[in-house]
Amino acid sequence: MSATLRTIRFTLNGEPVTAQVAPHRNLVELLQEGFGLFGARESCGQGLCGCCTVLVNGAAVSGCLYLASLVDGAEVVTIEHAAAGGALDAVQQAFIACGAFQCGFCTPGFVLMTRQLLDEKPDPTEDEIRHYLSGNLCRCAAYPEIIEAVKLAARKRKPN
Amino acid sequence: MSDAKTMATRATPSGAVGRSIPRLEARAKVTGRAEYMHNLRLPGMLYGKIFRSTVAHGRIKRIDVSAAQTVNGVHRVVTGEDIRAVIPDPHYGPAFHDQPILAFEKVRYVGEPVVVVLAADPHVAEEAAQQIVAEYDELPAVFDEVEAMNSEAIVHEVLKPAGTFPDLKHLQGRRDTNIALDYHLRRGDVARAFAEADHVFEHTFRTQQVLHVPLEPFVTAVDPADSAVTIYTASQSPSFVRTEIARLLGWPENRVRVKVPYLGGGFGAKLYIKLEALVTALALLARRPVKISLSMEEQFYTLTKHASTLRIKSAVTKDGRITGRECEVWWNGGAYADIGPRITQKSGFTAPGPYDIENVHIDSYALYTNLPPAGALRGFGIPQLVWAYESHSDMIARELEMDPLEFRRKNILRNGRPQATGTVMRDAAIDTVLERLAARMDWERPFDRGTGTVRRGRGIAIGFKAVISPTTSVSIVNVYADGTCSVYCSTVDMGQGSDTAMAQIAAEALGVPVESVAVVHPDTDVTPYDMATLGSRSTYHMGHAVRLAAGDARDKLLALARELGLSAETTPVPELFRKKYGMQAGNVVGVGSFIPSYTPTNHETGLSANVTPFWMVGAAGAEVEVDTETGHVRVTRLINVVDAGRPINPRIVETQLSGAALMQLGFTLFEKMNFDAGQVTNASLADYKILGILDIPLSIENEAVDAEQASGPFGAKGVGESGTFGVSPAVANAIDDAVGVRLTSLPLTPEAVYRALRAAQGAPLPED
Repeated sequence: MSATLRTIRFTLNGEPVTAQVAPHRNLVELLQEGFGLFGARESCGQGLCGCCTVLVNGAAVSGCLYLASLVDGAEVVTIEHAAAGGALDAVQQAFIACGAFQCGFCTPGFVLMTRQLLDEKPDPTEDEIRHYLSGNLCRCAAYPEIIEAVKLAARKRKPN
Repeated sequence: MSDAKTMATRATPSGAVGRSIPRLEARAKVTGRAEYMHNLRLPGMLYGKIFRSTVAHGRIKRIDVSAAQTVNGVHRVVTGEDIRAVIPDPHYGPAFHDQPILAFEKVRYVGEPVVVVLAADPHVAEEAAQQIVAEYDELPAVFDEVEAMNSEAIVHEVLKPAGTFPDLKHLQGRRDTNIALDYHLRRGDVARAFAEADHVFEHTFRTQQVLHVPLEPFVTAVDPADSAVTIYTASQSPSFVRTEIARLLGWPENRVRVKVPYLGGGFGAKLYIKLEALVTALALLARRPVKISLSMEEQFYTLTKHASTLRIKSAVTKDGRITGRECEVWWNGGAYADIGPRITQKSGFTAPGPYDIENVHIDSYALYTNLPPAGALRGFGIPQLVWAYESHSDMIARELEMDPLEFRRKNILRNGRPQATGTVMRDAAIDTVLERLAARMDWERPFDRGTGTVRRGRGIAIGFKAVISPTTSVSIVNVYADGTCSVYCSTVDMGQGSDTAMAQIAAEALGVPVESVAVVHPDTDVTPYDMATLGSRSTYHMGHAVRLAAGDARDKLLALARELGLSAETTPVPELFRKKYGMQAGNVVGVGSFIPSYTPTNHETGLSANVTPFWMVGAAGAEVEVDTETGHVRVTRLINVVDAGRPINPRIVETQLSGAALMQLGFTLFEKMNFDAGQVTNASLADYKILGILDIPLSIENEAVDAEQASGPFGAKGVGESGTFGVSPAVANAIDDAVGVRLTSLPLTPEAVYRALRAAQGAPLPED
């Protein structure tokens, strides 16, 4: 495994960064080993559960299947990306208010997907919520609370 | 969707208990900052990758690790023989010392760990592990639990009970049997009941192997020091890990430290020893920190839920009274006993169901087979039993042309009446739960039965469980000089919200705001003993220990105030410390310890006058649509009603209840491990489907009935499993109600339903 390392440059949660990556490294490994960010987690290892969700150029990807070298020049956002002052956004607040998680292992993925959903569709129907989040699994099955939280977040995000 | 209004807020006067405060760790979880085991990196750490058996049963002839050893970057390759250099007798287990840390001499299931490769780069270790070659002399294997009773294939030549449990002692040294434990209950005269019965009904039911699938797979890291080890692990039972590792190493307990952060789900998988013994041995051999993180696939080779076969026979009068019941239960324990023998007994005695039956006869058998080991999974065997007795209930009612609700009402076990063991029921709201379910289902109202190819039906089911007993919890409440405090307890928060519940209990007993209470996570050098986080026992047992510890701290603060001549009512706590120590310094430490009273079951009769400190009750109602052209079942409405005593945190209780029922719905409708000659053939989430957001019923309602556990902390008791009890039979009963076919094996797949429909039409489909 004496792979050739390549230097990549990208924006991570708003900051310009560089990293040395081997060709087989995936994005989750890069975030964990290179930057100490553990919010994107490998679980199924097949891109089926959504625990490793990361936003690359604004689009959600499965970090366990996404080669690290592909983020060269990209804008990468993880769950750790916080607004100034550490305030929680409407989605995070809604997940807490609705108790939309138990063990919390899948929660970052759900939060990131919900943000993307509400960016695309500010007022989704229940059916649209279910379909949009169908690529994220929650073994604690807090799905009813998650649906409630998405609806609450949609209401919170609406301009007054 | 869920109906929050039904979870009545029954707050106590000071308001800490009975309130739906958000989880203590809520913020950390939504920001991705919560601490899980996979975050941990130790300096100089090696990663281990496991090479596993490819045969179900065989003697190890040869293991060739030479190619693996030469892979660049490999630190060491370790076999079962190597383990014995640090642990001479490397067999572990909670009930039996039957499981080797790495296989030696024999392998007993496909996927059993045989060799480990250590390397600083996990990819290197993985590549090297693929170059190991093992040869086996294959032995006859047995996979079915009923066949295992009299099979030529013997999984273990001799039984090795752990000695931890006195009621397993008689099994010591028993040879040439796959029966790890047999439990028998004899009450009344069953033969006479059958002879005098108007009707006798007998049915056999089966359940399948399923998997816990915590999204955080098993993970353990061990840091070896000169004469001590620190084990960082995603475990539900840190105290057990300490005791068992100390026993294996022959060390005193104070040289083994076990630390547990949050768990990414547990559900009974992460109990007792899983990776801890292996990683400890590896770290001691390598003299460096070692971490093993299993992949999702490897979880399928680690621990499953017991498949089971259940035969149930009832004597019934013509007006629908059950006068006698005989239950025979065979539990497929897989290759190693894990906690299976306890399930066989501790759940076995509830096999006749929550019914008032004079004459009962139970035989319950824990069997070894050549499948991956089975253990506890959210219900400790109860969902398998309820599946059988509540399917049986509806089949009897249908035969007698009785309403299934009426049949249950007629036989229900009420407080003040003895359960099968002879223990008199107390604070078990079985009848209330049944009536609340019936009311929510609008059972008396006419029901839309559908038309054409979509038929509608509804079904109910009710089950109960005794909490495993006797078990111990100890807690410390440490009050700091600024008036805040910490609860030290070894209960593991794996998502059930125990940190929050314990903080609420401590706040209530100490008379302080919940916000001023923190919870110290399990660290066996710091937090006191707890049996384990399992079987819905923590709220009751640790809840009591925390309540007692906080009460002790409160008494000591009152004594301090008296000593200082200050009024306890009006003096703020920080003032007491300043006065006593001249500055912000010192602690007040309260200690609480709890073990309930218990009478062991008689070995001959299986009877006990005090078999459990509390009963959990759970019922489910399902409305379904069945497509008669495809066999597809759609659960349109799922109602879950439980007796959880008085909820400490109603919102978290509701999520526990709903989550348990939905997990069981996956086990009911599609989850199943498939095997080919002992090899799991669907060991990934691509092939083993778990419940997703599109699979949840359109309507889910949850209710914890207005009840109180008089012996519980602030009237509370456990709830983590109760939501699972009734789901499977409620759905099967609803399918029968919709289309008149009866399925007796789980899961209730479209194929199974369609085959049954075709068979009922006299045009059965050919078998595969």
